[in-house]
Amino acid sequence: MLIGKESTMNKQPVILAFCCHYCAYAAADMAGSMRLQYPSNVRVLRFPCTGKIEENYILAAFEQGVDGVLVAGCLEGGCHFLEGNLRAKKRVARVKQILAEIGVEQERLEMFNLSSAEGPRFAEIVKEMNDRIAPLGPSPLRKSDTHMEKGIANMARQAELAVQGGNR
Amino acid sequence: MIVADRKKIPEIRDMVKDHKRILVVGCGTCVTVCLAGGERETGIIGSALRMSLKLAKRENAVVHECTIERQCEDAFIDVLAQRVADYDAILSLGCGAGVQALAERFPGKAVYPGLNTQFMGILESQGVWAEKCAGCGSCRLGQYFGICPITRCSKRQLNGPCGGSRNGKCEVGENTDCAWQLIYDRAKSLDKVNMLESVAPAQDWSTSNDGGVRKVVREDQCIAGMGPKA
Repeated sequence: MLIGKESTMNKQPVILAFCCHYCAYAAADMAGSMRLQYPSNVRVLRFPCTGKIEENYILAAFEQGVDGVLVAGCLEGGCHFLEGNLRAKKRVARVKQILAEIGVEQERLEMFNLSSAEGPRFAEIVKEMNDRIAPLGPSPLRKSDTHMEKGIANMARQAELAVQGGNR
Repeated sequence: MIVADRKKIPEIRDMVKDHKRILVVGCGTCVTVCLAGGERETGIIGSALRMSLKLAKRENAVVHECTIERQCEDAFIDVLAQRVADYDAILSLGCGAGVQALAERFPGKAVYPGLNTQFMGILESQGVWAEKCAGCGSCRLGQYFGICPITRCSKRQLNGPCGGSRNGKCEVGENTDCAWQLIYDRAKSLDKVNMLESVAPAQDWSTSNDGGVRKVVREDQCIAGMGPKA
């Protein structure tokens, strides 16, 4: 499930990409098949739909100490479950509000929409988030790289279980 | 149901910042239904509070969460008794009644509210709750065809409408229905407009916030020796 380097010893920000199985995840796959270059510090977590992403999933990612989170869902109007991506959009807006209250930069979180055929767009999005988050510096919430890595691995497992549950 | 919404995280953080071990307690009843203090929101507020305390250099603070079925009844609070012993503060995500019930049950613990309790109301549409009852203790809904002028008229007029009613809306805001327009329309649909011609006497406010804390006592339900507190 993890794409990118296992270690965070480098200075690049650690970005979690919460990707919808039906679009962004396939687009990430396509970007890989097309040998497109994009920052390797993004970790892709597959969800059955962005509508499955609860607010506390995103907060949990920040609590683990990741530097940024991007939520990537289908184009508006094109959700496999009709309106999951529209719900995700509202949830992302609410989490941004909570982040602002906590004192974490809202720019560390963003929602994007793309189709499964947009591999190049996925690469662009990752680059855009990387360029946006790198100047902000590392997350002040990170306890240690090991702690964060464990947290990310745990989240990836849970996301994968949700996908498998949905496909049964 | 009782409707509430969450306090801002900085306000919560400032209340609890001097404590080392904080238990965030959700309630599975009204505030779960109005999406303010149920299990999910307890997780969200707990997570946000942990991050906020860390950024406020309170890194050693421990924040844990749990949700009980009902905070406003001692029998349901009992399940917390053992767990609460490990904490020095409780952040209640119940309504005001829940916060006070926890404070009474655990006199040695600091108890703080995580929500602003708003009103008794209903789910008007998905994500929208509206006030419907002021708990005045002397219900007159029968006289007003099921629409409460005390709660829904901005002036609480028992004989309306006033001159501020325009096109069915109240003068306080274009999104506020004129309660008296609603009452009139409903009377018309029930063919009882003539009932509005009589002048309603003043409300008996002695049953409302008058004379201290109100109590409802059912003697037949009281257990001997465990009657109402003095």
